Amino acid sequence: MLYREAGQFKASYEADQQIFPILQDRIGVLLLIGFFALAVPLFADQYWLKAILIPVLIFSLAAIGLNILTGYAGQLSLGSAAFMAVGAFGAYNFMLRIDGMPFLVAILLGGLCAALVGVMFGLPSLRIKGFYLAVATLAAQFFIVWALVKIEWFSNYSSSGVITAQQIEILGFAFEGPQSKYLLTLFVVVVMALAAKNMVRSTTGRSWMAVRDMDVAAEVIGIRLMRTKLTAFAVSSFYCGVAGALYAYTYIGTVEPEGFNLDLSFKILFMIIIGGVGSIMGSFLGAAFIVLLPIALDVFVPMLLGDLVSSSFVSNLQLIVFGGLIVFFLIVEPHGLARLWQIGKEKLRLWPFPH
Amino acid sequence: MQFFFEVLIGGLLSGVLYALVALGFVLIYKASGVFNFAQGAMVFFAALTFVGFLEVLPGWTGLEDGGRAVFWLAFVLSLTAMVVLAIATEKFVLRPLVNQPPITLFMATIGLTFLVEGIAQGIWGANVRGLDLGIADVPIEYMMENFNILISSFDVFAAAVAAVLVAALALFFQYTRIGRALRAVADDHQAALSIGIPLRHIWVIVWAVAGFVALVAGMIWGARNGVQFALTFTALKALPVLILGGFTSVPGAIVGGLIIGASEKLAEVYVGPFVGGGIESWFPYILALGFLLVRPEGLFGEKHIDRV
Repeated sequence: MLYREAGQFKASYEADQQIFPILQDRIGVLLLIGFFALAVPLFADQYWLKAILIPVLIFSLAAIGLNILTGYAGQLSLGSAAFMAVGAFGAYNFMLRIDGMPFLVAILLGGLCAALVGVMFGLPSLRIKGFYLAVATLAAQFFIVWALVKIEWFSNYSSSGVITAQQIEILGFAFEGPQSKYLLTLFVVVVMALAAKNMVRSTTGRSWMAVRDMDVAAEVIGIRLMRTKLTAFAVSSFYCGVAGALYAYTYIGTVEPEGFNLDLSFKILFMIIIGGVGSIMGSFLGAAFIVLLPIALDVFVPMLLGDLVSSSFVSNLQLIVFGGLIVFFLIVEPHGLARLWQIGKEKLRLWPFPH
Repeated sequence: MQFFFEVLIGGLLSGVLYALVALGFVLIYKASGVFNFAQGAMVFFAALTFVGFLEVLPGWTGLEDGGRAVFWLAFVLSLTAMVVLAIATEKFVLRPLVNQPPITLFMATIGLTFLVEGIAQGIWGANVRGLDLGIADVPIEYMMENFNILISSFDVFAAAVAAVLVAALALFFQYTRIGRALRAVADDHQAALSIGIPLRHIWVIVWAVAGFVALVAGMIWGARNGVQFALTFTALKALPVLILGGFTSVPGAIVGGLIIGASEKLAEVYVGPFVGGGIESWFPYILALGFLLVRPEGLFGEKHIDRV
């Protein structure tokens, strides 16, 4: 009843080409953005902003990046954390070495660096796919982290490659508290998520999906495989890179290359599996789920079981729950949380008169 | 030159360990077409279970600590644990995911990796443990005196174990009823099913055999470097080994392991100093990557015509 598109006729090309063609979706997205941009900073406390909301947003962006590559273009990657590292160190160096570098330009340039590196490691995808490509991206993961530690220029000759993010300043306004950093992150993430949403239904996105579904058929209908795959790698790494830069500047502050390890890559992969492979919305749901789950386990397990359990038990439980959930989702709901949302929408369309 | 040989032999012997892990991958891939990312976790699980039983068994049964009886009992119990793991994997992971695309199964085994690691540490704790198999880790005097090359007797033992294991597996595959069924399944699932080979049993068996290989690999690795979580990372090196050797070839896994082991050590010693060292961590992957571009099916793999 509330959610139905009947009667919404598109009378112009502009109306037909909107990112969200259904009125309720538009209202919903606006409400969501309004809620997170206006209400949340007013009422959420420092802990929520710093430890939950900012990382959820940043990981959502990284998950969108991986989703573009894995979910839309069908190329499995285990190296997303490394591309985040490139973005973080790229942005750091642009800020450091160019005087008066605007922050937003620096993170975009950091993303571009990541895109370049991504294309380089994406080149093997032209000849290989599947597991082979996964191993190739593992090469990226290990090599990039090693290079960032060993080549000291990247970290401005600090010990073991640790960098401390500079003060963020845009047009004279210094972003210091978690509130302002949260709003900045939200702005970047919302803009890029909408761009991604738009991209996946454009020619580019559709050719990604064609390549994912069947590469030979895609080639037959005139999609250039090389260009499509490499743009997927470039765009995906760009998103991961920007996420990495935000990770360094608005979330952690002081990062080292080892922080962007294989575990982080797996985490991002888990986000898209649980959230929904091939869904922008799912990236957000998955990121929120994966960030909140360990916190929830940390809080609730000792509460339920009391002093029976040690902290090492909880961390092992985390591994078990993560692993179990991945298997569970792959079996029960391969399209993840996003699919559940979609089912909900279908139901909502008929509600409250299902017959 | 003598130094070169020492590095080479050291590398070859660490390659044996990679090969042992890669062997488990190959077995499972051959029989079920699943790329089992969890093999490294299985090695860790097996080693930890074995060490754990070694520790607790004397207390439970009153057998002599460190004695032969405890050793074999622990071995049998660990093997049982691996079989149980194989059965559980087949029942709860593989069977519900039948007919899914391979990449889904691959991601499922990544989930399985976390699950197995969590369970292993949940049961036995996360401490680093030493493992003494009763084989001396001393240089062989004969080689020392005649060729002035340092080779540990333990490494030779490891190589011998690997050789015996491969030979035993080859015989098992070639001459037993189950082995023949395994090869049939590897060849063609549908055809194997149609002549009455129970696919599910075969999967359990092959995962159990992979578990056995993991146990042997875990024992040798544990004795060398201690049983610790880092084992799972080192086990990832088996992936480039597979690419080099081919996913479906047992000899390929061995040769690939030796090549990776030797080349990473040589690269570390001769190239490492020029670029700051530590290149062991990524060299095998880059090597495999380069290799993929030239020969995607690996040294011994089946050539499959597959448009990308």
